Amino acid sequence: MPNIITRRQLVAAVATGAVLVTGKTARAQSGFLRWMGRWNERVDRALFGSDRLAAELSPAETTLAEDFPSYFISDTMPLAPAGWVLKVGGLVARPATFSLEQLQQMTRTDMRVRHHCVEGWSAVAAWHGVRLRDMAEVVGADPRAPYVEFRSFDAGYWSSWDRASAWHKQTLLAYGMNGAALYPDHGAPLRVYSAVKLGYKMVKYLTEVNFLAERTGGYWEDQGYEWFGGI
Amino acid sequence: MEATDRQERWKGRRAQPWLIRLTHWLNVPLLLLIAGSGLQIFAAYPALGPRGALYGWYPWDGIPPPTWARFGGWLAGARHWHFALGWFLVLNGIAYLSYMAARGEWRRRGFRPHRDTRNAILMLLYYLRLRRIAPPIDFYNGLQRLAYSSIMVIALAEVLSGLAIYKPVQLWWLGSLFGGYDGARAVHLLGLGLLALFTAIHLVMVALHPRAILTMLTGGKRA
Repeated sequence: MPNIITRRQLVAAVATGAVLVTGKTARAQSGFLRWMGRWNERVDRALFGSDRLAAELSPAETTLAEDFPSYFISDTMPLAPAGWVLKVGGLVARPATFSLEQLQQMTRTDMRVRHHCVEGWSAVAAWHGVRLRDMAEVVGADPRAPYVEFRSFDAGYWSSWDRASAWHKQTLLAYGMNGAALYPDHGAPLRVYSAVKLGYKMVKYLTEVNFLAERTGGYWEDQGYEWFGGI
Repeated sequence: MEATDRQERWKGRRAQPWLIRLTHWLNVPLLLLIAGSGLQIFAAYPALGPRGALYGWYPWDGIPPPTWARFGGWLAGARHWHFALGWFLVLNGIAYLSYMAARGEWRRRGFRPHRDTRNAILMLLYYLRLRRIAPPIDFYNGLQRLAYSSIMVIALAEVLSGLAIYKPVQLWWLGSLFGGYDGARAVHLLGLGLLALFTAIHLVMVALHPRAILTMLTGGKRA
């Protein structure tokens, strides 16, 4: 636990340094933009349809692997530590850890959907893994927990989500891409993949899933990107 | 009969009523800032078409717009500005169109093909120096009406394509109007180009007829 706090502090220090160097207006918005941001989040939530599914695409539309960008915030590609497990906790009846093999034994969901990056590009891949809602059922997530937080071993990258999007049928804890096991550049061994969020919400290199009463921001969200980030 | 109707309708009314002046001038800062923040957003991925399948017809793939044309500092800042200002532009447009409808202003400003097509062609020929005499003009000439009406269609396409990019899954049906997410993105940029072209021509015409600026400030004489 203490080393995670250190990582977070490191991330914060790097972010502050970036602000000083680039003069970027990090750390959320203020005044008019903050007010309008809140309004837009309300609209974003109102537009979100829990049962509305993103179009599933044909194999012919798949983007070539070398054309599908992949980002991480560490200096070098994060590689899964030996003995990696996913820790699921927070407001749950049965906190637990899961090995990759255990996750692969749970009900598998496949989907091929379009990815939308906040930068403006789109790309298509097939993803497979466990629906987050299935995981929530396994650990007995408290229905009163309105937020879900994802944490990673990518220099502490994290994000937190609203419950409705997390419970969407096309929100997965994905361990595979385009029919194969997830490669390290796309977040091996396990990442969040969803058809209803912008890319920065989909935490790669997962270590923890926490069902929470409070939202806990996120790596990019705390620097100014929209927290909801729905599409 | 129609002539007297026309007389009655415009009696005591200024050439540019207050609401049209207000919405017109509000467009200046709003359009500048939304265009600048849009270009800042575009700079994050200055290409058209999905990854690995660029459309190819866009000549500046990979070349970000110049920094002087951008606004918002960085991607997240520009997104906040863009999505905030969009509401005010839409409200401004709704106010303008409602006023046009309620006060019958569309009759003298809007392009009506049976009335204005011939006049627009003659006016174009006049501007191209292919005709020596300008066609008769009542309130606006046919070409002006065509320009002011088309720009409303372009503005509507900007709003719809923008919403289609903003929420490509929730508003998928809007995206399908433009050939999907990347199609909508291309239309959104093309619309900006057309808005810029309109503005450039508008500024040239205003420079040639400077009194129009005064009318747009004071409203002009009452009819």
